[in-house]
Amino acid sequence: MEQQLDGQKPVQKASPEMIHSLFLINHSGDIFLEKHWKSVISRSVCDYFFEAKEKAEDPENVPPVLQTPHHYLISIYRGKLFFLSVVQTEVPPLFVIEFLHRVADTFQEYFGECSESVIKDNVVIVYELLEEMLDNGFPLATESNVLKEMIRPPTILRSVVNTLTGGSNVGDTLPTGQLSIIPWRRAGVKYTNNEAYFDVIEEIDAIVDKSGTTVFAEIQGVIEACVRLSGMPDLTLSFMNPRLLDDMSFHPCVRFKRWEAERVLSFIPPDGNFRLMSYHVSSQNLVAIPVYVKQNISFLETGSCGRLEITIGPKQTMGKMVEALMATIHMPKSVLSVSLTASQGSYTYDITTKILIWDIGRLNPQKLPNLRGSLSMQTGVPKPEENPSINIDLKIQQLAISGLKVSRLDMYGEKYKPFKGVKYLTKAGKFQVRT
Amino acid sequence: MSTAALYNDQGAAEAAVEAGQETTPTSSSSGAAFGLFSTDFKKNEDLKEMLESNKESLKLEAMKRIVQLISKGKNASELFPAIVKNVASKNIELKKLVYVYLVRYAEEQQDLALLSISTFQRALKDPNQFIRASALRVLSSIRVPIIVPIMMLAIKEAAADLSPYVRKTSAHAIQKLHSLDPDQKEQLIEVIEKLLKDKSTLVAGSVVMAFEEVCPDRIDLIHKNYRKLCNLLVDVEEWGQVVIINMLTRYARTQFLNPNINESLLEEGSGGEKMFYGSDEDEDEDEKEKKAEAAAIAKRKPYVMDPDHRLLLRNTKPLLQSRNAAVVMAVAQLYFHLAPKAEVGVIAKALVRLLRSHSEVQFVVLQNVATMTIKRRGMFEPYLKSFYIRSTDPTQIKVLKLEVLTNLANETNISTILREFQTYIKSMDKDFVAATIQAIGRCATNIGEVRDTCLNGLVQLLSNRDELVVAESVVVIKKLLQMQPEKHSDIIKHMAKLTDNIQVPMARASILWLIGEYCEHVPRIAPDVLRKMAKSFTNEEDIVKLQIINLAAKLYLTNSKQTKLLTQYVLNLAKYDQNYDIRDRARFVRQLIVPTEKSGALSKYAKKLFLALKPAPVLESPFKDRDHFQLGSLSHLLNAKAGGYQELPEWPEAAPDPSVRNVEVKESVPEWTKCSSREKRKEKKVEKPFYSDSEGESGPTESADSESDSASTTDSASASVSEESESGLESESEEESETEEEEEDKKEKKNQKKEPKKPVQESESEQSSEEEDRKPEKRSKKLKSDSESDSVEDEGSESESSPSESEDFESEAVVTKKKKAAESKPPSKSVRKEEKKEKKEMSLLDLDDFEPTPSPQVTPVNTLLSNSLATDLEGLSLSDSILSPATIIPSGALKNYELLHRITGEGLSVEYCFSRQPFSPDANMVAVQLQFTNNSTSDTKNLHMEDVRLQSGMRVKEFPEIELLPAGEMTSAVMGIDFCDSTQAANFQLCSHTKKFFVSIQPPVGELMRPVFLTENEFKKEQGQLMGMNEITEKLTLDVKCRNEHAIVQRVTTAANLSRVPCGSDKECRFAGRTVTSSSLVLVTVATREEGAAQLMVNCEKMVIGTMLVKDILLALTQ
Repeated sequence: MEQQLDGQKPVQKASPEMIHSLFLINHSGDIFLEKHWKSVISRSVCDYFFEAKEKAEDPENVPPVLQTPHHYLISIYRGKLFFLSVVQTEVPPLFVIEFLHRVADTFQEYFGECSESVIKDNVVIVYELLEEMLDNGFPLATESNVLKEMIRPPTILRSVVNTLTGGSNVGDTLPTGQLSIIPWRRAGVKYTNNEAYFDVIEEIDAIVDKSGTTVFAEIQGVIEACVRLSGMPDLTLSFMNPRLLDDMSFHPCVRFKRWEAERVLSFIPPDGNFRLMSYHVSSQNLVAIPVYVKQNISFLETGSCGRLEITIGPKQTMGKMVEALMATIHMPKSVLSVSLTASQGSYTYDITTKILIWDIGRLNPQKLPNLRGSLSMQTGVPKPEENPSINIDLKIQQLAISGLKVSRLDMYGEKYKPFKGVKYLTKAGKFQVRT
Repeated sequence: MSTAALYNDQGAAEAAVEAGQETTPTSSSSGAAFGLFSTDFKKNEDLKEMLESNKESLKLEAMKRIVQLISKGKNASELFPAIVKNVASKNIELKKLVYVYLVRYAEEQQDLALLSISTFQRALKDPNQFIRASALRVLSSIRVPIIVPIMMLAIKEAAADLSPYVRKTSAHAIQKLHSLDPDQKEQLIEVIEKLLKDKSTLVAGSVVMAFEEVCPDRIDLIHKNYRKLCNLLVDVEEWGQVVIINMLTRYARTQFLNPNINESLLEEGSGGEKMFYGSDEDEDEDEKEKKAEAAAIAKRKPYVMDPDHRLLLRNTKPLLQSRNAAVVMAVAQLYFHLAPKAEVGVIAKALVRLLRSHSEVQFVVLQNVATMTIKRRGMFEPYLKSFYIRSTDPTQIKVLKLEVLTNLANETNISTILREFQTYIKSMDKDFVAATIQAIGRCATNIGEVRDTCLNGLVQLLSNRDELVVAESVVVIKKLLQMQPEKHSDIIKHMAKLTDNIQVPMARASILWLIGEYCEHVPRIAPDVLRKMAKSFTNEEDIVKLQIINLAAKLYLTNSKQTKLLTQYVLNLAKYDQNYDIRDRARFVRQLIVPTEKSGALSKYAKKLFLALKPAPVLESPFKDRDHFQLGSLSHLLNAKAGGYQELPEWPEAAPDPSVRNVEVKESVPEWTKCSSREKRKEKKVEKPFYSDSEGESGPTESADSESDSASTTDSASASVSEESESGLESESEEESETEEEEEDKKEKKNQKKEPKKPVQESESEQSSEEEDRKPEKRSKKLKSDSESDSVEDEGSESESSPSESEDFESEAVVTKKKKAAESKPPSKSVRKEEKKEKKEMSLLDLDDFEPTPSPQVTPVNTLLSNSLATDLEGLSLSDSILSPATIIPSGALKNYELLHRITGEGLSVEYCFSRQPFSPDANMVAVQLQFTNNSTSDTKNLHMEDVRLQSGMRVKEFPEIELLPAGEMTSAVMGIDFCDSTQAANFQLCSHTKKFFVSIQPPVGELMRPVFLTENEFKKEQGQLMGMNEITEKLTLDVKCRNEHAIVQRVTTAANLSRVPCGSDKECRFAGRTVTSSSLVLVTVATREEGAAQLMVNCEKMVIGTMLVKDILLALTQ
């Protein structure tokens, strides 16, 4: 049946390109954009996807790779949108997945967000971008520095001017990027204020069990860079304690060889924002867990109610303030409503998703935040077997919890003195307390 | 889905109007979807008018609206004539949008499309490369058969274009043309062949892509480009890397030998881990046979890895650090399919890292990890905890992680895993709970020790409130009980009782089957269950009914007295069931078990039929054997062959001729580096590709400035030697390998030269003569140049330290050498030495060039070299040459300690020394060389270690058993000890076939470290970070004999395994090392003052080590 729907002409042979078509699908299952790099594939191919989506209930559970009689569907879920690509032949699935994420990243960078409305508003630019990013199903230009030279990101002012004058979004000058000796950096960058900022952001992933012992903990970090430097600066970033880093991945600009030999990051940066490296802190080091959680959630055998009490206190905060503290609990289905008092902050309970969120804010070590009260349960249903786990969010400014420190940043190749800045931030990653 | 149907209707006329309505009503922004044009919708007529107007802005607006229509899947084909006129527009944006339109509709409107062709043909000659490229892109995207010849011509021209960007586009166009008209294949292959020779990193990925699509079987086209591709790889853009790596994986499978071919041999000699791998592969007969065969071949011809194979492995490894998950996965699969087992482990860390990425990436990676864990469990064991499951993971991820955890389970970690599983069982996600119960079942079948624990745990779940949990447990318990039913009749009884409560059909059916199968274990309960079931028969589900009939039949056969009537009753009920399967079954069973006149023949066998012993089910991973698909591929993920999938070929039995990859020397190297992006980098290593070869091998040394300087000086010297080329690698000389060789060569020379520096027991001349002996042939070849280049080089490499320092010793050495040289070859030497030399050469073949000179305090650089050597050797020959005693030449200069005295050992005496060689099976271990002497008159047999007692954390790698030590003979062996950076003794028993001796090895603190190479700046920087508590300073007066730099260096390096750090001042000597286990830096500075006064400073994170080291060095310098 698919064959009939499949297009105007019988296909001579399976077309060899990697990515044949792309469909963008919103949360409620409407296809709002399609792009074909070769012959048109009917939208009906997405029916297989919708079927799987229905089955999965949760969009996160839709299998990223689906097989249909004549095609394979590879999809990602980003910002409440599905990016669904159609391929016809063998291709490494990660290749397609990684590319789709790169497309989403590009939208994000161009439009500030990656949502249905924004894509619809900018559909022409989106189409132009997709045209440049893929040629015959094979990625052509995916570096944002290069793309931005060919297709200008929209600004409010420009779109107004364009309408009035009939101006365009396409760059007037043709790109040089593809041929620049540094493929990720555009040529002829000029700034009056030369600045380079680096954010060292670390996330603590942890599983803490009922008794408060850490089952598993590790630190994952990234260095996000925002570099606005004229010319062709050649930067060297070194650490006080590079030995902490156990495993890392780099932006293609980083010279791997020098890292191996000297443990310094040496690179010619792309222009603008980019992720310089991500790293994993050696698991031999003990991970400092900034907060402890005392909790007691119980469902009573008789009567349809339960009790909940949670207290959060500082554990190893390195003398810094814990901010943006938040606890999220997925309650069992039988919890109908909650009636709680929070000593600090506020809580919300969504009765449809059964998610309790307690937004605490700053952690005051003198007066520990506490949430207590009762849960009302559906009657006639046996008490839930399990206790829900608590997910913690938090932020600690000016601290990299692993102790990683940038020691210096040097610039070669340009004469001016750039302004340099490093910021540290620790966040909770997947931080889960089992109850 | 209803909307999807709506879209199919191609009502073109209403398209624009519809467009307004069909935007989602839920989306608040639907009105804004059209941005600035949302206010007025016009029909296509308007668009036509706008396109035909003279105003550029109107045309542009029209085109934008048309693109919007296309993006919604609307039909805009009728506008084709109006649009095609604008193809020659000067406005770039308008032009681009017209291109978009043309590509979409050209196939449908072929005649009209041809109108635009001439425009493209003109554009193909444009001076601007981007216009040329985009013209080719569009031209080749127009899928109209008539223009095939034009496309062909355009592609050929573009392939010869000066701009690599245009050439890249032409590679893409090849695939397009090929899919349009496969008859053009031969011509296209010619173009591919030409483009494969291209040296631009921009082109490489795309042309390999074209190769894969058009002629993947023409492996011969790759030969000449193989080395170039390997060397270019790090600089190719990410997407091209993936394609090239996948292609090279296939290539390598056809051209090289299986590096694991003699793994069985390897396993005997080394690591427990490897044993492990072997054991969890189930080997069926065939495989064993094959292995035996392989082993036989291997014995005849030891496996030596093709240098090109090594090149591939080395050049892909740095890409494990890529930010692109697809690249990491590609390298991982390459290592999995091509690397020697011992090296595959490096990919684990990178794959685990990907688990932090998007959930789709996790999904794919976990599938691949699941397959890998079946073959190579050991690799992921250290990362067990990274697969722990969070309640927030999507179910499909949870289930995959569970799969990995189950595959990783073994005797040692099962208790941790089961504890984790216990928390999972309480999850709210019921699908996940069910999967967990199955996982427990699998652990129980695979690991005998925990079978009972698991079973008990599962039985406890039977009283779980959740019916699904109970049902799943019943099903799993059923499988487990089948393995040993006699022991568990009480569980069967317990389950019999559950029939009252459990409603899940599958579970009820399982219980009934169990009772029927093992009715002799529950003779009383079984008939009772049947009675209850008979009562409820009509209300049961079909599968339960079938099992009731089954139970009835079995009971009738074993216990007909009690159950005859019940069975009749059940069968009668079943006879009138609605389901015909059940009716049929009832009829069939009745005929079989109730003897009548007619049925005679079969009923005799009824018992055999029903009560036959059933084989226990094997609980297997669904990922078993999936690795016959290339990992990382779509086919692997789906576990089914996808269209266009290229099978991964089996390894060849004998390697095809490696010389096909040789290329004319001149061509390859310099040019491609020129076009690669490196050129302008202001790096010292300008021509080195970016990551170039990653391995620690040359890494640290290269960074030293001196190195690169001296490289040029050495060039001439080593060129004349050019020894390594035996292997057929020849002087094609990818610059990588060559520089490496040079370095090694050079270092080696350095060693030789430095030897005279060490404290000499024998006379100096004798020593150098010994050294000459080691390589008489080579020496003779390079005699002259050698002695000269030596001194030059040395100044180069050590230039940072004071030149005067080296002069004293060097000149002497050089002179001696020269003298020797003049005397020329067979220098006088003892017969024994001669023998020794020969033996060594035999065993290591040509590799003795790299052999680290065994002398102990041979300067740090040397040990470093040997470090890299270890890896090299491992790669090159799989016979474990480091371990074999032949490689270690006992040297008088190593300090020997007594392990077992002749008297206490009743004739057997054992001495040990710390050989300072890297211990290849485990880098965290200190190599200890044992020397056994049998002074008795009888042979000693089966010398081995037993009963090792260690402080916690310490580990020992035992020396291989010595089968026979004849009376009066000596032999040596090497063992490894991980002292955990402490000076605690390792105690063990030394056993022979008759006796046991308690012995212990205690390391001096100086042996707990290995040298590292630091530059002066690095040293200072590191020192700056190890202040305060980590710094220990002592004043001392130097021993009279120890007042020159040479003596100090010599004494310090004897006391501790450290390396010299270059230093600008001649009043200071600096040394650096790292502790073996924790890799903590150890920095030593000796500053000399007048009159032999001096100051010793040790900086080390580990304060205990620091303190002890200060004592030892103090002692060494003052005595």
